[in-house]
Amino acid sequence: MRPQIPLALEAAAARAAGALSRVAGRGGGTTLPGKLLWKLDPGAIDRLARQLPQGSALISATNGKTTTSAMVAEILRGRVRIAHNDSGANLVSGVASTLLRARGAELGLFEVDEAALSEVARRVQPKAILLGNLFRDQLDRYGELEIVAARWRDAVASLPHTELVVNGDDPQVGDLARGHGSGRIFGLDDPRHARPALQHAADSKYCLRCGTPYDYVAAYVGHLGDYRCPNCGHARPHLDTVARDVELHGLAGSAFTLEAPEGTTRIALPLPGLYNVYNALGAAALALSLGSPLDDIVSGLGRFAAAFGRFERITIENRGLLMLLIKNPAGANEAVRTIVEGSTPTVAVIALNDAIADGRDVSWIWDVDFEPLLAGLDTLVATGSRAAELALRFAYGGLDRDRIEVIPELEGALDRGLELTPAGGELTVLPTYTAMLALRRIVASRGHIANYWEAAS
Amino acid sequence: MNVRVGHLYPDYLNIYADRGNIAVLQARARARGHELSVQAIGMHDPVPAGEIDLFYIGGGQDREQALVAHDLVTKQDALRDAVEDDAAFLAVCGGYQLLGHSYRDVAGQELLGIGILPLHTIAGPRRMIGDVLLDCAWAGETLAGFENHAGRTLLGDGAEPLGRVVDGFGNDGESGFEGCRYRKVFGTYLHGPLLPRNPWFADRVLSDALTHAGGDPELTPLVDELERQAHEISAGRARARGGRY
Repeated sequence: MRPQIPLALEAAAARAAGALSRVAGRGGGTTLPGKLLWKLDPGAIDRLARQLPQGSALISATNGKTTTSAMVAEILRGRVRIAHNDSGANLVSGVASTLLRARGAELGLFEVDEAALSEVARRVQPKAILLGNLFRDQLDRYGELEIVAARWRDAVASLPHTELVVNGDDPQVGDLARGHGSGRIFGLDDPRHARPALQHAADSKYCLRCGTPYDYVAAYVGHLGDYRCPNCGHARPHLDTVARDVELHGLAGSAFTLEAPEGTTRIALPLPGLYNVYNALGAAALALSLGSPLDDIVSGLGRFAAAFGRFERITIENRGLLMLLIKNPAGANEAVRTIVEGSTPTVAVIALNDAIADGRDVSWIWDVDFEPLLAGLDTLVATGSRAAELALRFAYGGLDRDRIEVIPELEGALDRGLELTPAGGELTVLPTYTAMLALRRIVASRGHIANYWEAAS
Repeated sequence: MNVRVGHLYPDYLNIYADRGNIAVLQARARARGHELSVQAIGMHDPVPAGEIDLFYIGGGQDREQALVAHDLVTKQDALRDAVEDDAAFLAVCGGYQLLGHSYRDVAGQELLGIGILPLHTIAGPRRMIGDVLLDCAWAGETLAGFENHAGRTLLGDGAEPLGRVVDGFGNDGESGFEGCRYRKVFGTYLHGPLLPRNPWFADRVLSDALTHAGGDPELTPLVDELERQAHEISAGRARARGGRY
């Protein structure tokens, strides 16, 4: 048996390594202490989590988990000291690093990678879990949707006493609440905002029970909506926390009425798009389950600034930069929808990388409905390690090849985009995950924003 | 010339951006003054006899694939007649598996295929995922794509592979073969999607379809500079994995 090193000593050593990494200029060092701690003693994470007097809450989803957990953090701010992995390090090592950093925290708030949910849940034994949605995403990394869903079912089954907060508008996710002791089911009810049809390549459109295509009373975002199987009757479960009377104000924000067992209130959200209404609704549902008063939810969501890189407006001298992360078809479709609701851009920089965190398989870009952008574009600057593939997506989508510039190197592409943007105008940038990090670093090195690890610490 | 395309089960089998392949065929036909009219052939829909020049079937998740397999068997005779009549046919991933004799999933459950291609598939415990580069000596060309499959596809005696694996796994990770071709049918695991970065192959399929439609199969060359770059990067990704075969 290996000797037991005192937890405090392990923790101190791991923290020191993170600090060293930052001093040495080797990036944020956001997960290094956690990785070290995990190597030293995997069980240390469990013990650190148990030291949190109010326990932990986990948040997972294909899309929106970073934004949703940042919203919950904003709602809880001032009432409770939280340990929150707000730089997006959402694997076991990221959770461990956050636990190490957050001395004196009372509650753990962790966004968790879909595939890491079982492991993290087993270790931190959360008192609540919020599960938002499951879309096809990075099939080379996660495998088929059904595999992730099966893992989630196992994770939920192993936590019978955990408060389960699920999105009832997602057939796979809503079904997780069935048979679970305590929980809350949230969803959207405003058919005025339904899409005319299920988007191309929608997921989970066949009945979980019998395989018949669902009838949708309303489909809001991808396959999220009010569904019913015409054959066996499997349908959206009863919602107990609902968003109604949604108003979308282009890029300026949105508003909705939150109806919950705890009461009804109007929420104003400074973020655009129906997908952010889902994020806010999920955040509100989890916060209610954690005991937050409605007033805190109204004020927390009302002052919420977007999680880094998800939706950012940055001023660079006399031009603006509008950056929206794209990472899978469902998320990218919403990004496109949001942009077009503002105004159709004439110049866009779209960055496609194929690192592991982006997905090495870039075929997903062909499932994104980029077409609403085509009519207005004078120039597309295609960039990233798979810039040529992206250029082909637009060329075969109908954009004249003369309007496409391929500049694989990100900094050159950004500068070209800025150059094409008139003074006072705003440049639209849609990067995949690692491209977003790199672009932020470039903008930060020019002094326009803080590095995220500086912002996070 | 109007080229009639029958897209089999587009609602069910579309996991690896199959519409990219269709968009490429569409645009490359149009650039040569031809039109592609694409019709969906879904569950319970009959296959119009003699009226389709090119069939396309894509890939799906296990669940969708099982739903489709039962219906596909009812279309077996019509599809076989079309293939013997030299209709063009491109089958990718799950669709490729279903053109074989059978598919056995990890649980040992056996799905019957339609036996147009002389092969059968057995799912293994480990998925074969990554970039692939193929040498298609029969055409003097290469194909670059991405594979992601648990099925090990075993070619029967005399079956012609689509290509020899330069880098990647291929049909079964062992034989060094990828895909299968028979008459004007091509089956492959390669997506990415396959056609945008392999324009010669798109034109080959288009040319076969034109022949079936009674048109001139000759296609004027296009400027494929972006395609060449995309192929080069994709092939480079496969090579970087270090020559498995």
